[in-house]
Amino acid sequence: MRAVCWRGKYDVQVENVPDPMLLTSRDAIIKVTSTAICGSDLHLYDGFIPAMMPGDILGHEFMGEVVMVGDEVQNLRPGDRVVVPFAIACGNCYFCQKGLWSLCDNSNPNAAVAEGLYGYSGAGLFGYSHIYGGYAGGQAEYVRVPFADTGPIKVPEGLRDEQVLFLSDILPTGYMAAENGNIQPGDIVAVWGCGPVGQFAIQSAYLLGAERVIAIDHVPERLRMAQEYGRAEVIDFRGVDVVEALREMTGGRGPDVCIDAVGLEAEGHHLDTLYERARHALLLTTDLAHVLREAIQACRKGGTVSIPGVYGGLVDKLPFGAAFGKGLTFRMGQTHVHRYMRPLLERIERGELDPSFVVTHVMSLDDAPYAYEMFKNYQDECIKVVLKPSS
Amino acid sequence: MTHMPQTVTRQTVNVGQNERLVSILAGTALIIRTLARPSRAALLTLAGGGYLLYRGLTGHCLIYEQMEISRAGKQGQAGIQVERTMTVNKPRPEVYQFWRNFENFPSFMQHLKSVQVLDERRSRWEAKAPFDRTVEWEAEIYEEVENERIAWRSLPGSQVENRGIVEFRDAPGGRGTEVHVSLKYNPPGGSASAAIAYLFGEAPAQQVRDDLRRFKQVIETGVVATVTGQTSGRVEQVEREREEIRERRRIDVVQEASEESFPASDAPAWVSGPTL
Repeated sequence: MRAVCWRGKYDVQVENVPDPMLLTSRDAIIKVTSTAICGSDLHLYDGFIPAMMPGDILGHEFMGEVVMVGDEVQNLRPGDRVVVPFAIACGNCYFCQKGLWSLCDNSNPNAAVAEGLYGYSGAGLFGYSHIYGGYAGGQAEYVRVPFADTGPIKVPEGLRDEQVLFLSDILPTGYMAAENGNIQPGDIVAVWGCGPVGQFAIQSAYLLGAERVIAIDHVPERLRMAQEYGRAEVIDFRGVDVVEALREMTGGRGPDVCIDAVGLEAEGHHLDTLYERARHALLLTTDLAHVLREAIQACRKGGTVSIPGVYGGLVDKLPFGAAFGKGLTFRMGQTHVHRYMRPLLERIERGELDPSFVVTHVMSLDDAPYAYEMFKNYQDECIKVVLKPSS
Repeated sequence: MTHMPQTVTRQTVNVGQNERLVSILAGTALIIRTLARPSRAALLTLAGGGYLLYRGLTGHCLIYEQMEISRAGKQGQAGIQVERTMTVNKPRPEVYQFWRNFENFPSFMQHLKSVQVLDERRSRWEAKAPFDRTVEWEAEIYEEVENERIAWRSLPGSQVENRGIVEFRDAPGGRGTEVHVSLKYNPPGGSASAAIAYLFGEAPAQQVRDDLRRFKQVIETGVVATVTGQTSGRVEQVEREREEIRERRRIDVVQEASEESFPASDAPAWVSGPTL
């Protein structure tokens, strides 16, 4: 079958690889009908995430049709149309049972590696380096899904792939980011990053009762999308003191909730970013945390900083004194997708949400190398690319 | 139920007497030489000499500590000792019963080929040793308290001297069972071969930790999390891994069929297994 393989920094190739096979009795094989490129795939593309091996298959946002199931998988049959969560969870451990699915104890075969880095390992992920299990991803014609009796959800006919595909990752991510903000009536929510996760965070914030949402980015089409589809007020951060602007826009108080939907590759030519890039060149630090710093500075006293944006390693020079002095609450982590898929699917079925608005490009799987480059460089007003393996 | 007593790590002597002497002499010589004839690598050789002196004088080698081996013979504790605690999301009796049936061990202890229970206390074990060797030994359970504790040791004259104690405690707040395992063994070939095995990636302590993790996976989920045999762009590796899986399945099928026929003397005429 054909699959998108990581071959090095800025190098992905579509290659012929063996078909997946069932490896345990709880596996299933899915024929992929649609798969997307995620902003966090770009961290892999850019070489920011260690423990990648040439030949690793990428992709953690995918959906399709069940073609084969292991003996223990009773709830799925060949022919079922399913969306698959990007984190792999067993459903039996303490964390799964508490709804903390992305912290599953049992789904990372390389847990020892993650433990060496982080102290404890969370769930394995599709297509996201050998720290998270090295699982083959879904930017391919077929994919093996472990614990298939726990993860995939069936989706009804009558909804297009583009309407439900994002249940796999970015829609629950945006929603959980907003939910983690503990939004109260009258709250003003600031969202850094108007990529697809930011867009869904903006919409979710309103769904959860925010009074106003302010979105921050520098890419014109993304700011426009936040205004048009998200009904957000926008700040273009080029040449603007974001913290000051937010203070002015919030009656001098600062936003009640600050959402960092950018993560470890914060852009821009700020002094701290240049410092970090220099250190990164010397292999001294890994993460670029400009947005996190701004969020801490901008947030009102006693407010909440919600972090869906991915961080991987160490962050330097964090204003932790400010965070402490203002009594901030931090909530973060990989999304517990399993928790949100059904409720969000119901909202989509009822017409309260249509996530397909973020899709700007639909291409063939074979165009993946070009798609990655375009997505990375904001070319052609690219915001979200969906790949079709069979066109 | 009270807490497990905390194990406090103290600096143990893990270097043998003769080796300590050699270390002191070598360290001193290196330092003197570096000071007399400084070279570009002076800092390195000074540090190296200093470290050799340190480990000779104190008897404690940090590298050996990392590898969890001891060459101290009578003074220290020879062999390998591994302790680890893990919480399993199952009730204590269930966890105890699963562990008590030693024949379950190969399902999560990757270095074991088989365990055969002979009677209430005795069992015969077969394990893979470094460099593709196999070792066998018999063990006996010398102490057990139902749902609380199992202690076993290899019988005298075994190829691999080993002993183990596993204890089961309720985890607080309905979290299941805390399993505390303490294993001690002298690997075949003594601690020198353990050092070599470590360098080649077969570290026993790491193996035990991974075994415990697989134990938790099997008892909680029914399967071991794996990516071996999955597809990727590394086609040769995929083929190799799948061939190993096919081979293992063939062996399982033959074994099952042999056990069905009695006496189990000849393998069945057909040997092909389920196709991939």
